[in-house]
Amino acid sequence: MKILVPVKRVPDPATTIRVLPDGSGIATDNIKWVINPFDEIAIEEALRIKEKQGSGEIVLCSIGQITWQEQLRTGLAMGADRAILVKSDQPLDTLAIARILVKVVNDEKPDLVILGKQAIDDDSNQVGQMMAEMLGWPQATFASQIEFADGKCKVTREVDGGLETIAFPLPAVVTTDLRLNEPRYASLPGIMKARKKELKEIAAESLGIDLAPRLRIKKLTAPPKREAGRKVESAAELVQLLHSDAKVI
Amino acid sequence: MGDVLVFAEYFGEHFPKTTLVAVNAGLELAKKRGGSCLAVVAGADVGALASELAKFGVSKVIALEHPALKDYLADAYAIAISALVKKLGSEYLLATATAVGKDLMPRLAARLDAPMASDIVAINDDNTLVRPMYAGNALATIEMEGLIKVVTVRATAFDAAQPSGSVAPVEKVPAELDDGALKMQFVAFNQTKSDRPQLTEARIVVSGGRGLRSGENFKTVLEPLVDELGAAMGASRAAVDAGFVPNDLQVGQTGKVVAPELYIAVGISGAIQHLAGMKDSKTIVAINKDPDAPIFSVADFGLVADLFKAVPETVEELKKLKHS
Repeated sequence: MKILVPVKRVPDPATTIRVLPDGSGIATDNIKWVINPFDEIAIEEALRIKEKQGSGEIVLCSIGQITWQEQLRTGLAMGADRAILVKSDQPLDTLAIARILVKVVNDEKPDLVILGKQAIDDDSNQVGQMMAEMLGWPQATFASQIEFADGKCKVTREVDGGLETIAFPLPAVVTTDLRLNEPRYASLPGIMKARKKELKEIAAESLGIDLAPRLRIKKLTAPPKREAGRKVESAAELVQLLHSDAKVI
Repeated sequence: MGDVLVFAEYFGEHFPKTTLVAVNAGLELAKKRGGSCLAVVAGADVGALASELAKFGVSKVIALEHPALKDYLADAYAIAISALVKKLGSEYLLATATAVGKDLMPRLAARLDAPMASDIVAINDDNTLVRPMYAGNALATIEMEGLIKVVTVRATAFDAAQPSGSVAPVEKVPAELDDGALKMQFVAFNQTKSDRPQLTEARIVVSGGRGLRSGENFKTVLEPLVDELGAAMGASRAAVDAGFVPNDLQVGQTGKVVAPELYIAVGISGAIQHLAGMKDSKTIVAINKDPDAPIFSVADFGLVADLFKAVPETVEELKKLKHS
């Protein structure tokens, strides 16, 4: 099975994010950049599918600046076969990202696209679903289990109030939730091998797609800060204060 | 121009609070953009549900019906609802960012060639909207361009709509749908059995973290506190990751966002991604043995203590309070 895994570069989730005073963005000094954690789960799942089936190809794709090569190399070191970087320096909205990825899908013709349910920087949770619609493919978001049988894909999804199972034929788009798997670390031999793997660059502008953003961020502001309250000495004091002071019980 | 269509999600025969939140946000958006607010209930037979929703202040409710809409599936719903949006000429399509809202709205946005704003927390007068980014560490003021725009709203950021005293007309519309073109198939829904309130609807939420050390301790230590308070139970990502509890209990950036009157965090350190899901709660309590845990920086009341001692003591104190 050929699997395409779109990958986004994001600030390490443990990084403290600071909004710039002029509201134009976030401070990017001292930020460690990583693969979006949900995309890392997607790479891991692709590797497991390939290992289980004994054959296949895993292609990574990122859309961003030249520095994004670092995260693609990490994904290749985990075990993906090759990578595509669609280079773009301008801000792109989710529709434009989905359109570029659909173009890559039409060129590469994978059987399955797996990607994170959301990127932890813009928290949009849109691209997988948009791709599925543009391709006319089934979608399974928030996957916690993926199985293949009788030419069909069966996915267990994390939904409100429980787990839902849906089935559909391939090709399809699946987005990952937290409990799907625990991603592996890149091994030293993996890192060595990754250096020799193909990383193709394409200019976004060369694809003939309308990239003009239809959603624009006018400014960023820091949210109101919540102040720390008081420390209490005992459970008795806590219950008393919740009753008489906060009046919540 | 300015008309808003609210996608009204339901469970069984009732509308959860999250749907009434969408209606209220839809009413606010329509008012600020100078249009009307309509709602759509989709399913196989939804006349009764549509009549119920008609009491909440919208100007019309569409009962969009087709046998293929019986169970929610993204492909069928996207086809049926996009056709309705075009027929009505709505400028905005709006839903709450629930699991269904998050799954369906981006697919609809692509089908309608519309930009989409996820999880908005405020509607401004000047054609802009506000949404959190970076786990709530930044608030973005955004502007969208297009004849149709798609929006999901954060359930904790708007109040639920109230009955308006009048009843809007209900129109039954058969969905334009070709069964043969549908590829997705519903197999099963495995509901988490619980007598407790829903996380997103509860007045009080008690959440446990890695500090509880096991799923068994969630049952024996945390649950008595949850039930004494009549609360919903939540968990940190660390506790879900460790397999102590199911993922649908996860409170945080990538789980559920809650803002109850009282939030009690037990054995939770307070990672950025957890704070993103609960920091708008009215009163926050933290019980943790580490005095430097970041959770204390947002807590109104902090108890530095061993949770295995402090939680049972709190349950005892609550019982005493009840009987006093």
